[in-house]
Amino acid sequence: MELFTNQVLAGIATGAIYACMALAVVMIYQAIDHLNFAQGEMAMFSTFISWQLMQWGLSYWVAFLITLVLSFVAGIAIERILFKPLAKAPVLTNVAGFIALFAIINSSAGLIWDFTIKQYPTPFGSAPFLGSQLISTHQAGMIGVTVLLLLGLYFFFQYTRIGLAMRAAASVPESARLVGINTSWMIALGWGMATAIGSIAGMLIAPVVFLEPNMMGGVLIYGFAAAVLGGLTSPFGAVVGGFLVGIFENLAGTYIPGVGNELKLPIALALIISVLVVKPAGLFGRHIVKRV
Amino acid sequence: MSAVEDVVTEAPAVEAVPKRAMTLGTGTSVVVLLLLLVVPVFAKNFVIFQLTQLLYLGLAVLALNILTGGSGQFSLGQSAFYGIGAYITAVMMEQFNIPYFLCLPVAGVLCFGVGFLFGQPALRLSGVYLALATFALATAMPQLLKLNFLEKWTGGVQGLVVTKPDAPFGLKMSQDMWLYYFTLVVVLAIYIFSVNLLRSRSGRAFMAIRDNEIAASAMGVNVALYKTLAFGVSAGITGVAGGLSAIAVQFVAPDSFTITLAIQLFLGMVVGGVGWLPGSIIGAAFIIFVPNIAEGISKGLSGAVFGVLLFLVIYLVPHGARQVAILGQQFASRLRKN
Repeated sequence: MELFTNQVLAGIATGAIYACMALAVVMIYQAIDHLNFAQGEMAMFSTFISWQLMQWGLSYWVAFLITLVLSFVAGIAIERILFKPLAKAPVLTNVAGFIALFAIINSSAGLIWDFTIKQYPTPFGSAPFLGSQLISTHQAGMIGVTVLLLLGLYFFFQYTRIGLAMRAAASVPESARLVGINTSWMIALGWGMATAIGSIAGMLIAPVVFLEPNMMGGVLIYGFAAAVLGGLTSPFGAVVGGFLVGIFENLAGTYIPGVGNELKLPIALALIISVLVVKPAGLFGRHIVKRV
Repeated sequence: MSAVEDVVTEAPAVEAVPKRAMTLGTGTSVVVLLLLLVVPVFAKNFVIFQLTQLLYLGLAVLALNILTGGSGQFSLGQSAFYGIGAYITAVMMEQFNIPYFLCLPVAGVLCFGVGFLFGQPALRLSGVYLALATFALATAMPQLLKLNFLEKWTGGVQGLVVTKPDAPFGLKMSQDMWLYYFTLVVVLAIYIFSVNLLRSRSGRAFMAIRDNEIAASAMGVNVALYKTLAFGVSAGITGVAGGLSAIAVQFVAPDSFTITLAIQLFLGMVVGGVGWLPGSIIGAAFIIFVPNIAEGISKGLSGAVFGVLLFLVIYLVPHGARQVAILGQQFASRLRKN
């Protein structure tokens, strides 16, 4: 029983990573109805920017804030320049665009900061949390930040005018336009917010997986799995999905024989497929009805 | 937010391509075929190898084209089927000493089976979700190929070395040249099969599903059957392409079949023009040669140059090589009139 509790705790700790990433994935899905395959790379680039700022002598939190603002602006800029012209194009073209963006960002990061693995600092320290050997203070901090982020988003979407406008623009664009909402800018705002959330995820994950241009590969897949599990239309679901995926991953590694580190990705695959087959809308997602 | 039910009129994921616009005219086909037959005679061995590569990658792009351009389903997981095909061929050739030309059909049939089975869950998915599920399949495949209990046959992380076949019947031909013509015959046969498939009853069913799934099912098309069938056919052809690649490269290893390969095939399809079968070869040329050009422009930034080129293609010629071909045709006919 103790093993079980410990594994669940450790799972929640890793789950926080996935929850952060899933939150960014869901944000952009809400705004544009597409999964951004370059999301992980964008988060990685933001993390590198904050690392660079710290190398230049800024303190962690100053670098954190500057990176947040820069990422927000960069996200909006990417939408305005690269993806706005593709708004009416078929899904296929958009997916090709995301892949192109992925290649550009990954290769530029490699050129600027090269591919060696870098240490990344944590503001929470890495001592054991409340005497537990399983969760470090950094991981506890990560869980805390994720929950705060979720609460912030909830209040933003439920109680502010602009949050309401964004929800309207995402669910019924035509009617939203008729009541005077600038839907095109709401999409740009969605990109900006998703990029900013992604940068937070990147900066929290970097102390755990270390900083390098390919650091987000596996994390993004798990982020997708978490988002799908929680339902792509629900930020709350994304966070719950993230924690569940983390717990599931740890328990499968402990109790199913033969599942070690090598089978981590196939587990994510199996999870994505079984969720999509059994409950395509996810745990907390909206069911979408189609008509001719 | 979770209680609301949305009613969405979905735009088709892929733009409709008229059936006649999917192939080349007879005259052009003959010219292209003659070129493919004659060129290797005058080329060096390395160039012949690259042409072989062009053919089998073209075949893999063609397979994706049938799936996406034909039935409107996405796949970012083609590398998985390609890898399975390559491994089946390599294992049969090296561990069981079965001649290479018998391995390919087996690889094709087995991959058809795997694709058909994977198509079952994929049935319920469309658009982005399908892209996601196949994306996960492609990332998981290298790890599955490295599995311990398969190591006896697959050689684990090390991979397998494959012997290159000699020209049969005492033909005085280099191995590369023989392999080129062998590949050409296989590719041509599959190309003709695909063209006919898309013109058949099944092909029309694919296209009806692509253009509007609900309308298609209302007209009596068995949507479930044809969607999985498209997946199976595509996977089968990709498996044959993978098998050819294993013979040509003489080596298979788990890390040759990563998501990068799947993405390259996807890009090849976009560049060649979705739904235009002959464009597959042009798309394959893009994924073989453009990274080299990109590396020539800037070594460290080759990925970025590649991405920028892709964006240019999306913006300037969203229908890929098909659009260029149509423009060229219009230009030629205008010249003729004057």
